[in-house]
Amino acid sequence: MDVVLFLPETYLLLMALAFFCQSLWKSSAQLNQGIAVFLTGIGVFINLYTLNMTGDLFYQAYRVDLFSQTFKLLLSVGLFLIVILCRKNKSIEERLQPEFFMFLCVSALGLMLMVSSVELITILISMELSSYSLYILIPISKDISHGRIEAAVKYIIFGAAATGIMLFGMSYIFGLTQSTYLSEIMNKMPELIGQPVGIVGILLILCGFFYKLSVVPFHFWTPDIYEGTANETVSFIATMPKIAAAALLIRIVNLAPPGSVDLVQVLVVIAAVSMTFGNIAALVQKDLKRLLAYSSIAHAGYILLGILTLKVDGYSAVMFHITAYMLMNLACFLVISTVSKEGENVTISDISGLYKRSPLLAFTLAVGFFGLAGIPPTAGFTGKFFLFIAALKEGHLALIIIAAVNTAISIYYYLNIVRSAYGQDPDGLPAVSVSFSSRLLNYGLIIAIILLGVLPAKFIEFARTACETIKL
Amino acid sequence: MDFLIPNQLNYPILSVLIFAPLAGAIVLFMIRNETVARIWTLLVSLAVFVLSLPLYFNFDPSTTKYQFGEHTAWIPAFNINYTLGIDGISLLLVLLSTFLIPICVLASWKYIDKRVKEFHFCLLLMGSACVGIFSSLDFVLFYIFWEAMLIPMYLLIAVWGGPEKVYASIKFFIYTMVGSVFLLVAMIALYLKVGTFCIPELMTQTHLFSFNFQFWVFLAFGIAFAIKVPMAPFHTWLPAAHVQAPTAGSVLLASVLLKMGTYGFLRFCLPITPNASMYFAPYILIISICSIVYGGYVALGQSDMKKLIAYSSVAHMGFVTLGIFLFNKYGLEGAILQMINHGITTGALFLCVGIIYERSHSRLIADNSGIAKIMPIYIGFFGFFCLSSMAFPGTNSFVGELLVLLGVFTDHKLIGALSIPGVVLAAAYMLHLLQRIAWGKKGKINFPDMNIREVIYLTPLVIFVLWIGFAPGPFLDVMHASVGHLMDQLQTAGAVALVK
Repeated sequence: MDVVLFLPETYLLLMALAFFCQSLWKSSAQLNQGIAVFLTGIGVFINLYTLNMTGDLFYQAYRVDLFSQTFKLLLSVGLFLIVILCRKNKSIEERLQPEFFMFLCVSALGLMLMVSSVELITILISMELSSYSLYILIPISKDISHGRIEAAVKYIIFGAAATGIMLFGMSYIFGLTQSTYLSEIMNKMPELIGQPVGIVGILLILCGFFYKLSVVPFHFWTPDIYEGTANETVSFIATMPKIAAAALLIRIVNLAPPGSVDLVQVLVVIAAVSMTFGNIAALVQKDLKRLLAYSSIAHAGYILLGILTLKVDGYSAVMFHITAYMLMNLACFLVISTVSKEGENVTISDISGLYKRSPLLAFTLAVGFFGLAGIPPTAGFTGKFFLFIAALKEGHLALIIIAAVNTAISIYYYLNIVRSAYGQDPDGLPAVSVSFSSRLLNYGLIIAIILLGVLPAKFIEFARTACETIKL
Repeated sequence: MDFLIPNQLNYPILSVLIFAPLAGAIVLFMIRNETVARIWTLLVSLAVFVLSLPLYFNFDPSTTKYQFGEHTAWIPAFNINYTLGIDGISLLLVLLSTFLIPICVLASWKYIDKRVKEFHFCLLLMGSACVGIFSSLDFVLFYIFWEAMLIPMYLLIAVWGGPEKVYASIKFFIYTMVGSVFLLVAMIALYLKVGTFCIPELMTQTHLFSFNFQFWVFLAFGIAFAIKVPMAPFHTWLPAAHVQAPTAGSVLLASVLLKMGTYGFLRFCLPITPNASMYFAPYILIISICSIVYGGYVALGQSDMKKLIAYSSVAHMGFVTLGIFLFNKYGLEGAILQMINHGITTGALFLCVGIIYERSHSRLIADNSGIAKIMPIYIGFFGFFCLSSMAFPGTNSFVGELLVLLGVFTDHKLIGALSIPGVVLAAAYMLHLLQRIAWGKKGKINFPDMNIREVIYLTPLVIFVLWIGFAPGPFLDVMHASVGHLMDQLQTAGAVALVK
């Protein structure tokens, strides 16, 4: 076994241990955060170093290829940004901060394991590893109000149910193919996909990832958990598991041979319902986090557009869009967690006149929300554009029209936020101070979102190469 | 690349025109002093205007190809390129955009007193996006500019607008977005059919598009452009946006943004979906007549100066779409000239309203009436532009409207007869406005007359009104070849359809 192949995961595990040690004695919050930023920063470089490695580990249950390494790199960048974003972690008690970072690392570790797993049981275990850390992270916060506990309980119950459904699907697939290895399942799939039981098996497995991605029949947890959880924790939940879920959706859907009409039809319906429901429900939200929750449901629908093509073009568009989505969401959460004084939730009226209180934050917010709305020249537009091309190539015209109408609907609520920040007066709300590191993060996210939108050529080519590796 | 003439100049002029304002806008953030920021923006925009002049002087009016071409691969995976170039249709529109930005800066000198830097930032972004829209030859590039332009325009209305700015800005944004998402779908559909986003290449592939396909693509295009023009049932965002926008916003909105719609018809609908355009032409002609008469009639009843001019825009733009969908030389050239004329005249009228608004803080006619004696210079300018707006002989609009009407009467006598009331209405509402402002019942008002700055930025507009009015030759000459080419494209498509 080549140890280097497993380096990013080992590193995260060691980092979690480091924070475990750190939690044994008193240490200042600033020191903890400094260590975390430093360590996760190194993590990004380690992932860059292992980017081009390929190989199989653990009896072929674990595959290191460009596809998995790209997603791991994304996850490590995400973790790094989130750790910077947690600089003034207002909603978590100082003494719990090492634990907070520890569980973030463990959860990220689970997600990294997930994107490399090519065997059903490994997938399940790594997914649970990540979920269990989140079950603990959600209730960790300063004031344990009923909202927080409710969120935690809901996440556990829905999560457990989704895992159960997924396991059930795995049992079907195992029963049909006598194997838990994706590569072997794939060989036997062409004869199974014609049978209802094969489709049901695949769909049930997908349910577990639908839950993570908050696709419609599994979306119920999203608004409540976003609302009831600390801003910093949500910034993790809103981005990282979704990246891994997108990767796994691609891996599982890839099992289906080309021309699996029934499976695609189900996905088309789910995608259409998901984006329509998400966008319409978001129209009436006042709480920014709830609004982002519904927007994430809608975006899950957009992401399915790429997945249901069953083609590399679609998968690479998904990879692009999920990257853009992570950056845009982090931009929004950065603003939310900075504006929030004591870690409380932020409503639309709380950000009124933000452009006078902090021009930079207002600009980040505008870029983030315009990006989510899919307005050029942001990465959100480019991602959506690629998804549309991929899906329309496969002839899903009706679905694309639904998606286009949805984009138009969604403009209203995204614009509403920008309007509140730019079009209204502060009405006595205080100025928001932005620290130096947070300022850098603001600039970084703005530049990244716009650059990715304007110059996507390199990335999309890279994503295509990465996605081709799983077609084998 | 046989549709593109490589850049005649030794520097990439169109890219410079797009990126110079952007660079200027970024530098703007490093300037602390507000006056310096104003001067800087003025210098940048003037420089951009001066830099855009070689476009006219080096333009070859004899060729139908796109000139000053630039071509760089941008997203090779999807065959998306950074292709720029202009022809006789877009040349004047590019020049109009660069010409108006410095005027907008001057007009906002006193009017904008909060968030000065950000305001000028938005103005420069607008300048960059406008040039981009009119010079893009790649559909994706065009779409990006088309949409990106929304953000600074939205901010211009939402931050520096009047009391109803929130409603107006959101309405403006959503209307445009709704139109453009369908544009996006149509654009992807075209790409999948032909495998390119290159607009001139799409024009040559029309034989691949069945009528049914053209029908839907035209509808998708048509909604986006009709909202932007705006044509009668889609016009409701315009009065709201115009009334609430600051002067510079109104000017840009009227002079450049509305042209994007008619330009879209000329650049996309006619050459890419020729058969569908012919099929829809009668309906569009009827809608245009409705816009002309309805816009004029509503304008007659307004008590708010800006609203009156906004509705007059609906009527004027009706003449433009009327001219476009006649498919004959007079109609098309008249329409293009009328686009420029409307940009100059209506822009000037909004500037005039801005001048009086700075003094009285009211846009109502009743609050500003009877000022001929106290502001003679102002009334001189205002009256002049009113005459131009109602197409008085000797002014620019007369030439444009005459060409359009000539076009109408050659092919459709009945439609022509129906458009005559619109011409009469234009005279009615403009004279009524002028009469009340100049010689109406005088209130207890005492405003200072126009200052040097205001005279300076209105004078170039006066020159152009008279120039186009008396000698439209230089403006029409550049478009002959391109318009002829456009008509050829339509005729070829029509012939193919007949063979089928």
